[in-house]
Amino acid sequence: MPSDTSALNTALSLILGFDPALMEIVALSLRVSLAAVLMAAVIGLPLGAALALWRFPGRSVLVVALNALMGLPPVVAGLCVYLLLSRAGPLGELGLLFTPTAMMVAQLVLVLPIIAALARQQVEELHQEYREQLTSLGLSRLRMIPTLLWDARLGLVTVILAGFGRASAEVGAVMIVGGNIDGVTRMMTTAIVLETSKGNLALALGLGIVLLGLVALVNAAAYVVGETARRRLG
Amino acid sequence: MQHKARIALTAAGLMGLSMAAQAQDGESYITLASTTSTENSGLFGAIIPQFTDKTGIEVRVVAVGTGQAFEIARRGDADSLLVHDTAGEETFVEEGYGTERANVMYNDFVLIGPDGDPAGIADADTVAEAMQLIAESGAPFASRGDDSGTNRAELRLWDAANVEAEGDWYRELGSGMGPTLNTAAGMDAYVMSDRATWVAFDNPQNLELLFEGDDALFNQYGSILISEEEHPHLKHDLAEQWHQWLLSDEGQQAIGEFEVKGQQLFFPNAD
Repeated sequence: MPSDTSALNTALSLILGFDPALMEIVALSLRVSLAAVLMAAVIGLPLGAALALWRFPGRSVLVVALNALMGLPPVVAGLCVYLLLSRAGPLGELGLLFTPTAMMVAQLVLVLPIIAALARQQVEELHQEYREQLTSLGLSRLRMIPTLLWDARLGLVTVILAGFGRASAEVGAVMIVGGNIDGVTRMMTTAIVLETSKGNLALALGLGIVLLGLVALVNAAAYVVGETARRRLG
Repeated sequence: MQHKARIALTAAGLMGLSMAAQAQDGESYITLASTTSTENSGLFGAIIPQFTDKTGIEVRVVAVGTGQAFEIARRGDADSLLVHDTAGEETFVEEGYGTERANVMYNDFVLIGPDGDPAGIADADTVAEAMQLIAESGAPFASRGDDSGTNRAELRLWDAANVEAEGDWYRELGSGMGPTLNTAAGMDAYVMSDRATWVAFDNPQNLELLFEGDDALFNQYGSILISEEEHPHLKHDLAEQWHQWLLSDEGQQAIGEFEVKGQQLFFPNAD
């Protein structure tokens, strides 16, 4: 690649050329991050709602801890998952280290606190608003969870998008647990790190532009879905 | 809502399963812990397909610093090891983690610096003299500082030159070779690099190769077989095939034929 090619040209030729290696990297990035966010949502939304509804000793400590975990440094999450999945670690038998599954687990660890903590806040506010109505309907707290989550769904889309942003942007965790293996665990972000270290700055920035475009696409799709739902609700 | 939740849960489960399944197929592969110089220069991209064509064994390279590569292998997370720190490799075998170590190839380290060469190392007779000149001039020197093979070699060279490697001028970056070259280019610092990474590096800015050719800059790469006793779960048979192929005439020829920008970067020297 000539060194005077601008990053934008590189990005364009990467996209328009449908470079198979790039397509593979993009597909892997999306697959891992979307799977991690989906799992984080399935676990985190009910967890956050439950934390909003139940009162128990140590609840505030748990809420603060969950909020603090939103700032968990990716490299620390990666190191923990590495030690867990390494052969010498407790889950070493599974042989998951340096696989896409390991990267998904690492991203799940990063995204789960974000989704759970923000969902808790949204549901708690909603619950305070509708507490009397919900109680008069005689709903148990367990039954309130799906109702409140459904009512909060428009806000929760943003919560899930925040989680997706974290997952798709991070590099520290997937680098450690994935190993950046060509054709197996190389993602957008780890490829950018690699090209930067090779001094191939135009390609690195080009990949960055492609990644940014992807994230924008996912957000645009969520926006359209949200707006349609909002209009239908009037 | 409940229905939708069930669908989402099933989808998540399926996706998880499909990913786990994907990790399982392609049984015929080994994980190789190696250095950034071999991966980033493109050597593996050139020789591994030849090995895979012949044996059907895929080689998945995790390219890290030599210190981290040893740690990955010690924990049983790699089937094979190809690094460049002969002393460390021998210790690894002595500790019982490896069963066999063999020379595979060599290249050399070079000293890189800003094109004005403020310390005047281009005229030095030995690498020890060159390093003394850098320290005396007070010009910045960017060190990997990451316990990699290159970092270990650099520290041995300071020792041999009787220079205390510390002070404002000595900057430990704690980074890989590529990032260190990027940083050195940004602050016009001297830096020691393996030749392969330097030749393949595309962002030199003002940096130039200033000193080379001293025998002390020799850089030997070795392949290690990992102990079956220590880690019975590893793919020892496949790793052995890779190890033997590297040492075979065919593997050695593949290494010798690899060029970047018209330069041979690794010189086969299996015994």
